[in-house]
Amino acid sequence: MLALAAFLLCTITFLAPPRDARAFCGFYVGSAGATLYNHASQVAMARSGDRIVISLMNDYDGPLDRFALVVPVPVVLQKGQVHIGDRDLFKKLDAYSAPRLVEYHDENPCEFIRPLAEAAPAGAMAYSGAVSMSRERAKALGVSIEAEYAVGEYDIVILSAKESGGLETWLAENGYQIPSGASRALEPYIRQQMKFFVAKVDLKAQKRTGLAYLRPLQFAFESPKFMLPIRLGMINAQGPQDLVIYMLTREGRVETTNYRTVKLPTGKEIPGYVRDEFGDFYKAMFNHQVRETDMRAVFTEYVWNMGWCDPCAAPPLTHDELRQLGVFWLDDYPGTQRYQPLIMPGPSNGSVPVTLTRLHIRYSADTFPEDLMFQETEDQENFQARYVLQIPWEGSPNACPAARNYLDDLRIRRFKEAQELADLTGWDVDAVMKRVGLPRTPDPSPWWQHIWE
Amino acid sequence: MDAAEKPACSQTDSVTGVIRRWMPSDPRVFQILFLGILLGAGVWLRDFSLRPAQIILTFASALCTQYVSWLLNPPKSRSFRSAIITSFSLSLLLRADNLTAHPLAAMAAIASKSTFRFRGKHLFNPATFGLVFAICALPGGWISPGQWGHDLAAGGWIVALGVLVTTRARRSDISWTFLLFYLGGIAVRVLWLGQLWPVWAHQLTNGALLLFTFFMISDPMTGPNARPGRITHAALVAAIALAWQFGFYLNNGLIWALFLAAPAVPLWDSVWPAAKFEWLPQGDRYEIATPIDARSGGVSAVHDHIPRAAA
Repeated sequence: MLALAAFLLCTITFLAPPRDARAFCGFYVGSAGATLYNHASQVAMARSGDRIVISLMNDYDGPLDRFALVVPVPVVLQKGQVHIGDRDLFKKLDAYSAPRLVEYHDENPCEFIRPLAEAAPAGAMAYSGAVSMSRERAKALGVSIEAEYAVGEYDIVILSAKESGGLETWLAENGYQIPSGASRALEPYIRQQMKFFVAKVDLKAQKRTGLAYLRPLQFAFESPKFMLPIRLGMINAQGPQDLVIYMLTREGRVETTNYRTVKLPTGKEIPGYVRDEFGDFYKAMFNHQVRETDMRAVFTEYVWNMGWCDPCAAPPLTHDELRQLGVFWLDDYPGTQRYQPLIMPGPSNGSVPVTLTRLHIRYSADTFPEDLMFQETEDQENFQARYVLQIPWEGSPNACPAARNYLDDLRIRRFKEAQELADLTGWDVDAVMKRVGLPRTPDPSPWWQHIWE
Repeated sequence: MDAAEKPACSQTDSVTGVIRRWMPSDPRVFQILFLGILLGAGVWLRDFSLRPAQIILTFASALCTQYVSWLLNPPKSRSFRSAIITSFSLSLLLRADNLTAHPLAAMAAIASKSTFRFRGKHLFNPATFGLVFAICALPGGWISPGQWGHDLAAGGWIVALGVLVTTRARRSDISWTFLLFYLGGIAVRVLWLGQLWPVWAHQLTNGALLLFTFFMISDPMTGPNARPGRITHAALVAAIALAWQFGFYLNNGLIWALFLAAPAVPLWDSVWPAAKFEWLPQGDRYEIATPIDARSGGVSAVHDHIPRAAA
């Protein structure tokens, strides 16, 4: 029996190794990508006007013959509207937009300061299921096979249905293991005249690709609905799921209209030891933010013009890569045809008519009762989830008169950094203090100590 | 005279009577207090993405425009309260990535009161006009309806509904009727789609709906004068809002619905003539002007309401 799992997640936990990409104000020292999360899916949506291109990144790691994907879509998709994407595009999007750790070095208090470096996170998704078709039987069940074709390693069927019971029966009869409750979840989409995009893997075609994984599916269509169906994937979800959405838009930042969209804490100074465990830190911080918002908010991790970055965790995507992700409107801007994004161009010479909004959602059936509805705002203000390591100057207190004051301030600062880390992550403050080698409370030198020095 | 415009207080020993005695005679004072708390909570407890300068500029622009419009067209009485309420509503709903959108929207909102008039009433609720003006004509502006969170929105609903019940606010019938039609329409949709009831309840986390119900559609200056007119208008606005959102999948349905339905108000007023509402605070006394013929727009009689004295 084949298993059906729409928007189900598989996970590989991994932390990208520290990279040494030199950027404007420091060094990129590591990143925490979307693949950090268990049960994480990644979706890219390029949208301008009513035209939408959706790319679904799938990290399904089960048997390929058990894989199937069911996605509600607003229109019948013809063969030319479906495309197989490149998984590397998601890796590049993730690397470019992931939350980052930046490192700065304190200046020698006896001379002057010098700035420094940075790190970032990632996501994944998968589905499962299968198909065999008898048009007569389908018709009897009120299910219409609107189109069927093969694209790459996928066999695709577009279904419409009159009622959810018939669709559920059809899916079951065609080899899909339907989780209980599927009918109820399918019903609202059928009532809204939505179609169902059903894909399974053609094992022979998949073998010919020579790849050990499934490539992302992409579809292009026109619809006034700017939304993402997430309810169907909750049918057989075991616990909360993570979803990372990359929105590529022409005008500005994207936010949800039916849920709070919250920017993550950013620019916080945290203790230096986090450098080696940035992934753990970011996961703990994200968990804490989810708890603080009762798992009812959508988090913004990154908003930036796609032509540049400051500092860059990875280079922006090229014209060709953006086009592959469905950014069709770049051709309307002849000047961007030959643009080659640089690691650190300024906004004046690097901006392109594409804003990337990276949204990270952890959702459960209880806390996200509706599908996600979006709006593109005209907000062009850049945002990045960025955490700062301030590396202390290592010198003698006797190096100069200013050195002692610096070291006193440093001691206070280290307490503040440890407290900040505990506040951000919900970690026990005593444990953090212990980890950074500080007593529970700051013990500054007595106020009178330097009076007569 | 409209039953809903009876004095807001009466002699009673009940809890609501006590609350009513202590409520300010002009409901706008309460509205300002409520909106101020809501804005404060939003700015401090939530990421409203609103800069302090934008709030200050909104108020400065609205108050200045109000003052200039008084100079150009001297009124019988002057009060900045309505302009303050408009400023709060704009601050709560309008977002912009620049410092010009808020003051320009506030200016347009207040100016619309003296620009778009029909038979002695201004046509558009000022905040509604300002919001539509901002999203249509000003670069970098948008409306953020979903940034409140369920807890803040829940608190707002409890307080707003509670006060509405305990004070029997005049002309609140339009708020109740609108809620009935709008939430009823969504309930029908939820039933028809076979969705779960939390989807219906989730609508209440929309901060725009809260502000809209109690501070925009309830605006007595721009709503129909008679109760049948108000009920008809509430139904029309709810229908447009539902069609806008669920038929055409467009955003900001509530704001657009009130804006688009505004020209129908004179029609309701001619079908169901009644007293035109006036804010005429005089010390503790609170007056409502009653024209003999609402279609003339003239004021021919004034009834004193002395809420505190009655208490």
